[in-house]
Amino acid sequence: MSSYPLQSVRADADKTTAKPVRWSLSTRSISVLTLIVVLAAWWAVTAAEVIEPLFLPPPSAVLEKTWLLMTSGYMDSTLWQHLGASLQRIGLALVFAVLTAIPVGIAIGHNRIARGIFDPLIEFYRPIPPLAYLPLIVIWCGIGEFSKVLLIYLAIFAPIAISTATGVRTVDPTKLRAAQSLGATRWQLIRHVILPSALPEILTGVRIGLGVGWSTLVAAELIAATSGLGFMVQSAAQFLVTDVVVLGILVIALIAFAMEMGLRALQRRLVPWHGQSH
Amino acid sequence: MALLKLERISAQYPGATEPVLADISLSLGPRQLLVALGPSGSGKTSLLNLIAGFVPTSAGNISLDGVPVKGPSAERGVVFQDDALLPWQNVLTNVAFGLQLAGVPREQREAKAREMLALVDLAGFDQRQIWQLSGGQKQRVGLARALAADPRVLLMDEPFGALDAFTREQMQELLLQVWQRTAKPVFLITHDIEEAVFLATDLILLAPNPGHIAERLQLDFGQRYAAGESARSIKSDRGFIDTREHVLASVFSQRGVSREQHA
Repeated sequence: MSSYPLQSVRADADKTTAKPVRWSLSTRSISVLTLIVVLAAWWAVTAAEVIEPLFLPPPSAVLEKTWLLMTSGYMDSTLWQHLGASLQRIGLALVFAVLTAIPVGIAIGHNRIARGIFDPLIEFYRPIPPLAYLPLIVIWCGIGEFSKVLLIYLAIFAPIAISTATGVRTVDPTKLRAAQSLGATRWQLIRHVILPSALPEILTGVRIGLGVGWSTLVAAELIAATSGLGFMVQSAAQFLVTDVVVLGILVIALIAFAMEMGLRALQRRLVPWHGQSH
Repeated sequence: MALLKLERISAQYPGATEPVLADISLSLGPRQLLVALGPSGSGKTSLLNLIAGFVPTSAGNISLDGVPVKGPSAERGVVFQDDALLPWQNVLTNVAFGLQLAGVPREQREAKAREMLALVDLAGFDQRQIWQLSGGQKQRVGLARALAADPRVLLMDEPFGALDAFTREQMQELLLQVWQRTAKPVFLITHDIEEAVFLATDLILLAPNPGHIAERLQLDFGQRYAAGESARSIKSDRGFIDTREHVLASVFSQRGVSREQHA
């Protein structure tokens, strides 16, 4: 009697170990397969002329257009120039955001007065979609590069500052005491204990910030720009050049994916101790 | 001749009605290994935190070489119960950390750190990462780090409490060897009676409500170990067992009293 449940458990276990032998696909290969299926469906639908090329151009047309855009360009600039314009904007914004948001985040996490000052300001503007205050920025700063960089800067700033503050607040108090009893001054504590402890959270903040910043940038370029990936997509749409629209969207997605992967690699490299049992 | 002096110390946490420690006086001099033994709630951690300067006293004086203690300083090195090492640095950099903070040049501080690692039997572990170490090894690195900064006294906050029994015995013996060789005065808190009796030259028994010194003993088992007698022979010695039972009875009688007071 008592052996019955034991046997049934064993039978279940046998079933679960038997399954992966027949379907030994890794999660990654399932993802790759999914992409291949989607591409094949795209090709099939366009090849069978179910959908007009105006609405969905075939993959071959998009590929051809890619070559054309890389060599001769669209709207006076090549694909590289549009891409470069976008990357330059987000790069500048990111550099300024990192340089200012990390010190502000440390101040918020470390100092009561700084928290009192910055908390309401950040919490006030953070939930507003950046495109909602873009018109105001345009009124104040014009339609040039500066207002776009400022917009993305603001979008990136909040997540970095908030996660830095969280990282600073959750520093292990024993490590702080240990450093103090080794003679650390206030600045040495920040430099040698607080900043490295908060680094995993800071990098997470940068990841979130870059994601938000990239989508904000592309949206801003749709509205007010004469170069950049968002502009390219928007102006192509106005002339119903659908293959350029599709291409632009793919490039935007690819860049976002590359940034996310790059930051994850950076995180593994910079904070190898994170997630280790200690 | 006393180095560290506590005179009629009391401590109370903000908002608490009862003090955690009342009227504690003690002194710690060269060649002393003072152990504070007590159950949870007897205020032994608070006592160590006061000496380390992590929390302020509400009454009384703490002084080191006649200078009042104000806040943490490198003069009072601390070894913590759980791993307070910096995981983003390797073993050598962790041990050299105090000297780095003091502005000692790299070569000099790393030479000193290697010397301290050898002292705790971790020679050759320089380049290891902290998360690659066992619990006992981490505590050795913690000890080496505290010693490398050359403190006047060494404070140890239940340093072996989180270790398994075998490692704990090894670490106790290592501590006695290090204490013998460096001649640093040590203040150690623990709730392990055998550990306290084995290590202490001076043992104080803390009792709760509020934390006070219930008994003081002078012992020589640690010195006997340092003089070359084996730990097993000491711990199976009649005198050792009698002392341990006496302390055990004393701890339980203290608990009994406090229970009656509450009833």
